[in-house]
Amino acid sequence: MSHRLRVNPITCEAHGMCAELLPERITLDEWGYPILEEGPLEPELVSHAKRAAQACPTFALLLERHA
Amino acid sequence: MSTHLEPPTRLAEPAARSTSRPAGPAGLPRLLNAIPAQGAMGLADHLDVHGYPPLARNRRERRSASALIESIERAGLRGHGGASFPTAVKMRAVASQRGRAVVVINAAEGEPASMKDRTLLQALPHLVLDGGALAAQAVGAEEVILCVPESIALEGPERAIGEREEALGGESPRIRLATVPDRYVAGQESALVSHLNGGLALPTFTPPLPFERGVGRRPTLVSNAETLAHVALIARHGAKWFRELGTAADPGSALVTLCGSVAYPGVYEIEQGSSLSSLIDAAGGVIAAPRAVLFGGYAGSWVDGELLRGLALSDEHLAPHGASLGAGVVLLLSKDACGVAETARVSRWLAEQSARQCGPCVHGLDALATSIEEVAAGSARGKAGQRIAYFASLARRRGACSHPDGTVRLIASALEVFAADFSDHAKHGTCDACRRPGELPLPNGRTS
Repeated sequence: MSHRLRVNPITCEAHGMCAELLPERITLDEWGYPILEEGPLEPELVSHAKRAAQACPTFALLLERHA
Repeated sequence: MSTHLEPPTRLAEPAARSTSRPAGPAGLPRLLNAIPAQGAMGLADHLDVHGYPPLARNRRERRSASALIESIERAGLRGHGGASFPTAVKMRAVASQRGRAVVVINAAEGEPASMKDRTLLQALPHLVLDGGALAAQAVGAEEVILCVPESIALEGPERAIGEREEALGGESPRIRLATVPDRYVAGQESALVSHLNGGLALPTFTPPLPFERGVGRRPTLVSNAETLAHVALIARHGAKWFRELGTAADPGSALVTLCGSVAYPGVYEIEQGSSLSSLIDAAGGVIAAPRAVLFGGYAGSWVDGELLRGLALSDEHLAPHGASLGAGVVLLLSKDACGVAETARVSRWLAEQSARQCGPCVHGLDALATSIEEVAAGSARGKAGQRIAYFASLARRRGACSHPDGTVRLIASALEVFAADFSDHAKHGTCDACRRPGELPLPNGRTS
């Protein structure tokens, strides 16, 4: 089982919480929208990613589980 | 080579008509066979030319309707809406879902230079409707929705649908007509589904894709009008017949909208893999030496005019040049045009066509258009090329749909093919060619 992050670009409003909570994988572009590093999450980052997804004010950050 | 010379009305080029050669089913024309010089072919004439569509009449026959998917797979048909996705794969994905499916015939044709789908629909509507009805039976759909741009005359498609109800009745699935806003992204699959579900005609976040959950939450096959016209002929003549034209990788024929600096721009049917030169000859030759050719429309790619003589019209042949036939737009830019000014105009238009839903698309395409406009005006400071590449990297693959990706593709190929123009502009500002009206067509005859 691996975890991946995705952004729904339609609901994302560039609040930037995700980059604060998960700087290991997320940076912001010059307009404040998140740039996600690709690939599965390292296991030690999963709990941080979960927190970042929950903190997104528009629920645009998605933590997806892949079997 | 068959020609249907209803010239693209959005382009101010001379009109011309010629009679198409009579041809057997094996040669060309296939789709455009017996196309009327004016108006639409009625159902009686259509059945005379092509015979009855092999529609299932009862439950037992309907069970074997899925044989059509196998036939389409062997034929190697891929979509003519732009993405060139294998049609059989898409149909099978819909057919394997639970519940009654829906078929959407996509004739939205938002590409400003493309005229082939509306030409087909207005001149040969029953070929498209046959394809929709046959595809519906193959994927287990009882409803077919024909989506057309709201700007076209609806009498033709309405009459064609009416004729079928009277003559084909129970054999043909129910077909209804729906109009789509004249907007570049409205013809994108998820935008069509959203529109048909009563929402905005704008792309949605996927998955779910239309084949999983589409119109009325049903599994939905969204297929381009020309693609379904090919389905109508494959159902009648089979996969082997389809492959009698074209190449192993790109079998069959294709409709192209040829425009720009040729004598008779219009919609032509070509054999896949045939030469660009023979298409240009059929269109009366060039009226000005072409400096570059655009393939696939404004989500497509430029190829240098120097290479024109060696180019063949198929995805496989165009791939080494970074291009594909896509939705079939072939546009010749004359040597008098300024590559920077043309790219600036179209980039601005594409930025305006953003659905304004995704931040990287809204801001990225605007920044790209602005950077190119600065180069065109000679007001760019510093390394404009690097800035364009940087904004392109921020826009690419970060939207819900592929609109930013297509725009980035067009701009990247323009930077390559018009490299000399871009560096001249960076050094010296505007050129004489900049002051000419734009050659690349935009809706409503917009030239700047």
